[in-house]
Amino acid sequence: MIYMDNAATTRMSERAFEAMRPFFMEQYANAAGTYTFANASKEAVETARKQVARVIGAKSAEIFFTSGGTESDNWALKGVAQAYAAKGRHIIISAIEHHAILHSAQALQKQGWELTILPVDEYGMISVDELAAAMREDTVLVSIMAANNEIGTIQPLKAIGELCRSRGVLFHTDAVQAYAHIPLNVEEMKIDLLSASAHKFHGPKGVGFLYVRKGVRLTPFMDGGAQEKKRRAGTTNVAGIVGMGAAAEEANANMEAAMAKVAAIRDHMIARIESEIPYCRLNGHRSERLPGNVNFCFRFIEGEGMLMLLDYNGICASSGSACTSGSLDPSHVLLAIGLPHEIAHGSLRMSLSEETTMEEADKAVDALKEIIPRLRSMSPLYEDFVRNQA
Amino acid sequence: MYTEKVMDHFMHPRNVGEIENASGVGTVGNAKCGDIMRIYLDIDENQVVRDAKFKTFGCGAAIATSSMATELIIGKTVQEALTVSNKAVMEALGGLPPVKVHCSLLAEQAVNAALWDYAKKNNITIEGLKPPVDDVDELEHEEEEDE
Repeated sequence: MIYMDNAATTRMSERAFEAMRPFFMEQYANAAGTYTFANASKEAVETARKQVARVIGAKSAEIFFTSGGTESDNWALKGVAQAYAAKGRHIIISAIEHHAILHSAQALQKQGWELTILPVDEYGMISVDELAAAMREDTVLVSIMAANNEIGTIQPLKAIGELCRSRGVLFHTDAVQAYAHIPLNVEEMKIDLLSASAHKFHGPKGVGFLYVRKGVRLTPFMDGGAQEKKRRAGTTNVAGIVGMGAAAEEANANMEAAMAKVAAIRDHMIARIESEIPYCRLNGHRSERLPGNVNFCFRFIEGEGMLMLLDYNGICASSGSACTSGSLDPSHVLLAIGLPHEIAHGSLRMSLSEETTMEEADKAVDALKEIIPRLRSMSPLYEDFVRNQA
Repeated sequence: MYTEKVMDHFMHPRNVGEIENASGVGTVGNAKCGDIMRIYLDIDENQVVRDAKFKTFGCGAAIATSSMATELIIGKTVQEALTVSNKAVMEALGGLPPVKVHCSLLAEQAVNAALWDYAKKNNITIEGLKPPVDDVDELEHEEEEDE
């Protein structure tokens, strides 16, 4: 099998897995316990807090553990909106946010908040000038993702952060795809809140965190016990948090080398696809791009067929076509970068990790060279195109 | 997600292609929604479907239903071909996931559109034949309401 869906989830790192292991059957104490037996759990959680904080230059007291990216995103938007409702009720997000942000913002809109959705250019990049122009007296929060999950575009976080700070507006970034993959620093980039999820960087599923800069208020999202300084209730997911800490530390230590290695494979795939498969389009930005993201549209064909034939060849990938989104519309990200529907339906994302080899990359491109002409030979759009060419 | 039959017809689609000087050609669906089906019919003087070919832009189920629909109508009279419903196509495929019922309707409509084209060209009447529908999704919604 060739696994190229690392933007969906990653394989757990062995080190993270081993770090978690004692916390299931041996050190199973509730981290809130007052007895000595609970000390190891408490210490392990605090160690993990330091490990994940260090990756983004945050203080460990600014890290709040959650169940993952979706919870962190929901909490950041709804928690800040409620806490600052008296100051203003205007929120700005980008058009290519993950559904966890988009739908949270739309839920707030239904409750009376005003929402501005910033457009992006053909590469998926927001304009900082447009952001500045969209800001109002009553704007309380800007939420713009660090890197896009579908097309891999990395936003100008520092410029966004500086603008927000200068206007006294909070800046949240959904860094689920970026954290532990590319360098991020909450001080330099003036980030006030940041979401991350462990399973995107070889940690376990079901755990993540929200970074909340000291002094930023937000109402609790989960009501209950006094965990996480009374800000996020629920029994501490000790094993998950430990696994996330270990995975974060490992990814951070290897980041530079991993980025170079993965980006080289990415660039090799992009170059081969562009030169060897006609009528394709690279989606996303050429340079400001996640190291592991390869995303193309292939004209005249639909994504699901590609995925099925890739799967038949043992290759796992994903698509933004309607058939994979469960609706008749292709992905909102591909539409936001200006692709017409029929081209957006033919999208393919192959997301790599440091475990991906050059040999696998070549095999995947070789498979595409068979699959795409095969699907085109069945396509009435291709038939019409060829006829019109003649 | 898909039955073995669907996978078989997707991996080894029957009757892919075009027919030159076809007796009837029907194209339905639109690229915006992600599926277009085109069916070519070769119909003999006894109004029997001698051959059928298809071209489909769409998902795995769209390709499999086109393939199955052509299989089901070859050898049938135009009158019989008209009665091949989306349900018959689905049954022959061992079922489709609910979100893909749409594809079988598209196949039924593509056959219908090709027969319409044939009837129009030859100035004949096929009992029960209706003009092609522009928006297959409307049909689908009616279908859902029936259930």
